[in-house]
Amino acid sequence: MPRKEDQPEYTIEVENLHKRFGKLDAVNGISFRVKKGQIVGFLGPNGAGKSTTMRILTGYLRATSGIVRICGVSVATKPQETKRRIGYMPENNPLPQELRVREYLKSRARLKELPLRHRGKRVDEVMERCDLTRAQDRIIGKLSKGFRQRVGIADAILASPEVIIMDEPTIGLDPHQVIMIRDLIAGLRGKMSVIISSHILAEIEMTCDQVMIINSGKIVGQGTPNELREAFIDSTIYELEINGDLPHLRESLKTVSTELDVTQFEEPDKRGFSKVSIRIPGSHDYGEKIFSCLAGNPLIRARSLRKRQAPLEDVFLAATRRSWEALDTNIANKPSTSDENPEKAEISTAG
Amino acid sequence: MRHFTTLLRSEIWKLLVSPSTYIAAFLFLLIMGFLFQLILVDYASDPKEENPSITFFRLFFVPVFFMVPLLTMRSISEERARGTLETLMTTPVTATEVILSKFAAGYIYYAFLWAFTSCFHILFYSFVQEDSLFDPYPIIGGYAYIAVSGTLFLSLGIFASTLTRSQLVAGIASFSLVFGFIVVGSYLEDLALPLMSRPEWIDMLAKHTDVLQHMRDFSSGVIDTRAIVLYGSCSLASLFLSILILEYREGTS
Repeated sequence: MPRKEDQPEYTIEVENLHKRFGKLDAVNGISFRVKKGQIVGFLGPNGAGKSTTMRILTGYLRATSGIVRICGVSVATKPQETKRRIGYMPENNPLPQELRVREYLKSRARLKELPLRHRGKRVDEVMERCDLTRAQDRIIGKLSKGFRQRVGIADAILASPEVIIMDEPTIGLDPHQVIMIRDLIAGLRGKMSVIISSHILAEIEMTCDQVMIINSGKIVGQGTPNELREAFIDSTIYELEINGDLPHLRESLKTVSTELDVTQFEEPDKRGFSKVSIRIPGSHDYGEKIFSCLAGNPLIRARSLRKRQAPLEDVFLAATRRSWEALDTNIANKPSTSDENPEKAEISTAG
Repeated sequence: MRHFTTLLRSEIWKLLVSPSTYIAAFLFLLIMGFLFQLILVDYASDPKEENPSITFFRLFFVPVFFMVPLLTMRSISEERARGTLETLMTTPVTATEVILSKFAAGYIYYAFLWAFTSCFHILFYSFVQEDSLFDPYPIIGGYAYIAVSGTLFLSLGIFASTLTRSQLVAGIASFSLVFGFIVVGSYLEDLALPLMSRPEWIDMLAKHTDVLQHMRDFSSGVIDTRAIVLYGSCSLASLFLSILILEYREGTS
């Protein structure tokens, strides 16, 4: 019997979620869990099912089948209760154009059932946190995009909910504002569970503890950015700067391993140093060996050596490509027969 | 219903800060004032036995045809098109609270506009000859009818607005429903004339749905409870349907 401390506390639990719009499966068997205080990023191409999943979590859309629990409470049976625990900022951040920032946040605080004695103080707090204090008396319709995004974020965190769901919160913001929002979200770590979706992959990588890659309504990759790299990137790349010839370099590298392949050799700069990329199939750590082999060759002078971490873009592209290929194979193999979730096995291996 | 007052306050505030509210009010009072003046000019040239206030109330459908769609077409469809309905429905409010608050705000505004027209009667009676007989009951009855029928017309407008995300479609649907209720209801017997063997129930139904007759009854001081039941039950039904549609289309509340 598991001890109580071994049982993780999940604020979001999703089991085999399906959402069908006519003939289209917008969400097709998604399952995941989010621990308390964790920040999770949703990645996926447009139309992958990210926003639909988020809307089902908030109770705005009804799922076709599956289970969604927020803090252990079912969204389908007790939507009012789960809505009290969620702060949500939808895609495109819709706001009433005619109200002032403070008026809007106060009315939202009333709707979110904040006690009267804390309401004004809490509105001041979130405005301060989102750098909105100087714009509090301005009409929302006349605010810039950055300010409006911040009003949406202020609204999402207003009632200090256990779960915050934000659909593309940094879209349209300038770099200063992006850093501010990133810090703000990072400040929620440990206190609230946060789900954000974004197309800015570097943003997700910097902010999130867990990343979920969604494509065609399914989770095609799930884990920390490093786990995803290991699952989807099948090579290691080293970048170095050397002063020497390519044939000499190739000869030296052969002494380390025959697997090492020079994929890029740029023209030397003013000091005679060229940038070189070396690719090794699989996940290996050859750094020390490469360094000592270069140091031992008098015809090559090395200035820098570093292992290049595959960007999340590559992981994202590899994961989505793999899911499309799996889908194409399934369609080719079973053109007419009814198919019961052929991608389930793939999801479990990818996740 | 704990959020009803919050939502109602917010709806009324939105009406107060919106310029379209004042433009619609100006247009309404301009047309009603113009109609009242035309009636008085007609009375001056051709004296009649009937009180001019009664004639004024008989034209109640003129502003209803354009004011009800204008007032209600925005209510749900605009919020749906803008996306603010999504932020609203993801807070712990219920569809019932949303629909009732929108209806109540629209009704308060509608009643307020009609209340303004009481100035016409006050002005009229303050300038008539001293020996004229002042009968307040047709005026009270007329306003009572406006209040009762307003619940139905506005609920039909709200219902039309829940059907779509386009304000234009909502406005046209609202006009069609109100027009259908007033015109088809009032002339049901005439419309059924082409039928060779007219069923008896049509005549029975026509007696109850004659909106213009209801107005004549109320403005003559006859408060008919059958009409009150008809308007009350129909407005409750359309509000109930609006709540169901909102619940079906926007989430699980």
